[in-house]
Amino acid sequence: MGLLGDPTRRAIFELLARRPCSVQELADQLPISRPAVSQHLRVLRDGGLVVSRAEGTRRIHQLNPEGVTALRAWLDGVWGDALAGFHKAAEAAADSRTDPEQET
Amino acid sequence: MTSTAPIPPITGTVTVDLPVAEAFEVFTGSITSWWPHEYHIGRVDVAEIVLEPGVGGRWYERGVDGSECDWGRVLVWEPPDRVVFTWQINGSWEFDPDPGRASEIDARFTAEGPGRTAVAVEHRHFDRLVGGRAISDAINGGGGWALLLAGYAEAIGDRT
Repeated sequence: MGLLGDPTRRAIFELLARRPCSVQELADQLPISRPAVSQHLRVLRDGGLVVSRAEGTRRIHQLNPEGVTALRAWLDGVWGDALAGFHKAAEAAADSRTDPEQET
Repeated sequence: MTSTAPIPPITGTVTVDLPVAEAFEVFTGSITSWWPHEYHIGRVDVAEIVLEPGVGGRWYERGVDGSECDWGRVLVWEPPDRVVFTWQINGSWEFDPDPGRASEIDARFTAEGPGRTAVAVEHRHFDRLVGGRAISDAINGGGGWALLLAGYAEAIGDRT
């Protein structure tokens, strides 16, 4: 789905997985400005991964409590890595069963 | 529950230079060699990931301290063509013994010529997770979810 394909968005997603945060709290932990954080949050919110609520004068952002959408988006990345790992392991197995003399 | 809009499965395919039987063997018998060890739910680092052969076989992690943590069970075992197992992890990133709330991983192995195999994986039934409050509680409260993601973030850090 591409929402977590951007490294900064993924970093924001992971920070919010630890605990709900304000824009300032996110900006403090990332090498980007508050407006840049806000922009990424908007994309994550539009994609249904993040929800926001008012808390006094601040807006607090958190992963969507429906949760499953966020879980699925994250698992998408897990499987990408897992299948890449499987491909690598299969290649190693293929190499070990092939006589190097006969290769190429 | 059944009226909930279905959540699309995750699908992926890789083609490997192995005969079907060997591709199946690496996928199942050597899962510890390819499943990224940072994706786990136990409290300690992973020593080994095991998928036991046969219907009813356990899918679990063994921690460096010897503790074991279940992930799921084998539902279909048809070597070398197909294996289906559950990913029985609840929103608190703990093993959920209720198979009615389990998502499923379906892996199919198809020959694409001599010594070449396509492996198609589908991870489905995310809608079964919708009913429980556990996931939303976990997201709001941190816990296992946060632990897992911390491992994930570390792995990404290592890669860059």
